[in-house]
Amino acid sequence: MSQPALVVTDLVRKFGDFTAVDHVSLEVQPGEVFGFLGPNGCGKSTTIKMICGLLAPTAGRIVVDGLDVATQAEAIRARLGYVAQFFNLYDTLTVRENLLFFGGVYGVPAGELEQRVDHWIDRLDLGGVAGQRAGQISVGLQRSLALAAAVLHEPVMLLLDEPTSGVDPVARRAFFEVIAELAASGAAVLVTTHVMDEAERCHRLSLMNRGRLVTEGTPTEIRALAGGSIWQVEVAPAGRALTLAESRADLSAVALFGTKLQYRVAEENGTGAPEAVAEWLREQGITTGPPKPVRPTIEHVFLQVLRDAPEEQP
Amino acid sequence: MNAVVVDGLTHRFGEVTALDDVSFEVAESEIFGLIGPDGAGKTTLMRLLAGLLTPNGGQIELGGVDVLADPEAAKQKLGYLSQVFSLYGDLTIGENLDFVVEMFQEDRAVAAEAKQRLLEMTDLARFVDRQAGRLSGGMKQKLGLSCALIHRPQVLLLDEPTTGVDPLSRRDFWRLLADLPGQGVTIVLSSPYMDEAARCDRLALIDHGRLLATGTADELAARVKGTMLEVVSRDLPAVSAALAGAAELLGETTFGDALHVRWDGPDAEAAVLARLQAAGVAVQEVIEIEAGLEDAFVELVSTGGAS
Repeated sequence: MSQPALVVTDLVRKFGDFTAVDHVSLEVQPGEVFGFLGPNGCGKSTTIKMICGLLAPTAGRIVVDGLDVATQAEAIRARLGYVAQFFNLYDTLTVRENLLFFGGVYGVPAGELEQRVDHWIDRLDLGGVAGQRAGQISVGLQRSLALAAAVLHEPVMLLLDEPTSGVDPVARRAFFEVIAELAASGAAVLVTTHVMDEAERCHRLSLMNRGRLVTEGTPTEIRALAGGSIWQVEVAPAGRALTLAESRADLSAVALFGTKLQYRVAEENGTGAPEAVAEWLREQGITTGPPKPVRPTIEHVFLQVLRDAPEEQP
Repeated sequence: MNAVVVDGLTHRFGEVTALDDVSFEVAESEIFGLIGPDGAGKTTLMRLLAGLLTPNGGQIELGGVDVLADPEAAKQKLGYLSQVFSLYGDLTIGENLDFVVEMFQEDRAVAAEAKQRLLEMTDLARFVDRQAGRLSGGMKQKLGLSCALIHRPQVLLLDEPTTGVDPLSRRDFWRLLADLPGQGVTIVLSSPYMDEAARCDRLALIDHGRLLATGTADELAARVKGTMLEVVSRDLPAVSAALAGAAELLGETTFGDALHVRWDGPDAEAAVLARLQAAGVAVQEVIEIEAGLEDAFVELVSTGGAS
């Protein structure tokens, strides 16, 4: 088996008294899309910055394609591609100029540069804006441009920090098709996201909270962690039904989707059973339809795992 | 009564028609979602509703007030939360709220009560003296929401309120919104997230400045053609290759360990399984799943709303 594209061992980063990253270890294999989930401020971006060599770890080791980030940073640069959370290309250069520039910086051989730039302009549908300034194109196209700039030099390890924030579903789908292709051709991809349908597109997922990795597995394995069962029922009036459902200690993951109330039950029988809950709502004057089972999502598990975590600090 | 009436709304930026004859109505206490690709015209529509732009044609009515004829009266009916954090970072939470009260020239006693209620509702009371610039993303959104609500508007406009906010904070935010219809507030919001759109009572899908479809999330999802199947396999490229060229195949999307296949034919599950077996592809599972809002979005946008 080929060596891992990324090995992170016992990584720690402190800012003063605050431990942003707390003994994190993970491995990403070539060809794998690894999803990195967690609430805002949990340490995901700090971890990615350390892998990129933009931030020095307090302790721990990062090895990219067999090379140690601490001692071989220069050699690693050619093996890494990075798309930051915020647009970090040159606003006043055109799309094409940006790609030529970044391709040059990352050491794409001069003889191949033009051809690769053309390939990615075509593949990421940037042809229509190739001559426009990067600062003037839409957010979705800027994200595509940032991806193109990060993959021109054919990195072994691609790091994507919320690459599709604010991007519409059509563009997001196209974006992830490209990521799947890159992985299929052997690249390792580490991607952070808040969008749970993107999480479903990863081969493996890790959930980070308060600087620590708390859960890891394939999407199917993560979904299987959902406790109890989740149900959905049409309700009216919806707002009052929500408040009533929240008042019951035996229900969790209570949420309203339009006129549909969702809740998780711990038991299938007795007063906490899905139908008994609907019956109880009717007794309280709520009109309901029949409860229908809902397939647990990554988000359900995500919220379940974080539910008992201490309160958010400002 | 309709809280929002948009009739024949058209707006151009130079040669570009950003909004093209858009009409819809939003009932009182409804949560109405605007969805559409990047650059579809959602933000332009939001800005027109907020009175920040004057349309080239058409009419807007908010809470019974004609926005173009009486913009000042419309402003009182309206709360607006923009996409980017637009409060004062160096003012505290309390000072930001006081500032908005001054702007709307609210009665001070009434405003003080509203302020206290909002601080409690959003759980920001404990942090009232903290500078807004030093709050987390989720808390900034709650403060923005409070500022938009302090003059008790009838219509609340939220332009991509939770972009970049994590699922936990997003759920908190939606919990706050859920109480507003009960207080007579009508909400119009735009979102790039389909799980968020699914929380709205009704949706409008916009593309290229035109209204492609309106309806509940279920109604839009029902417009997806064919049967949606999830195929779980260790060798997804082989699954893809085995299905390629089938006349019934409408589309496929790769997920981590699964392929979603849209199939237009009888007994879809059995038909796909038979085809995979004939090609010698091992699969763990083929199950029918419901088409989601994202599938509907992609299909309606690619067909220009024809499906």
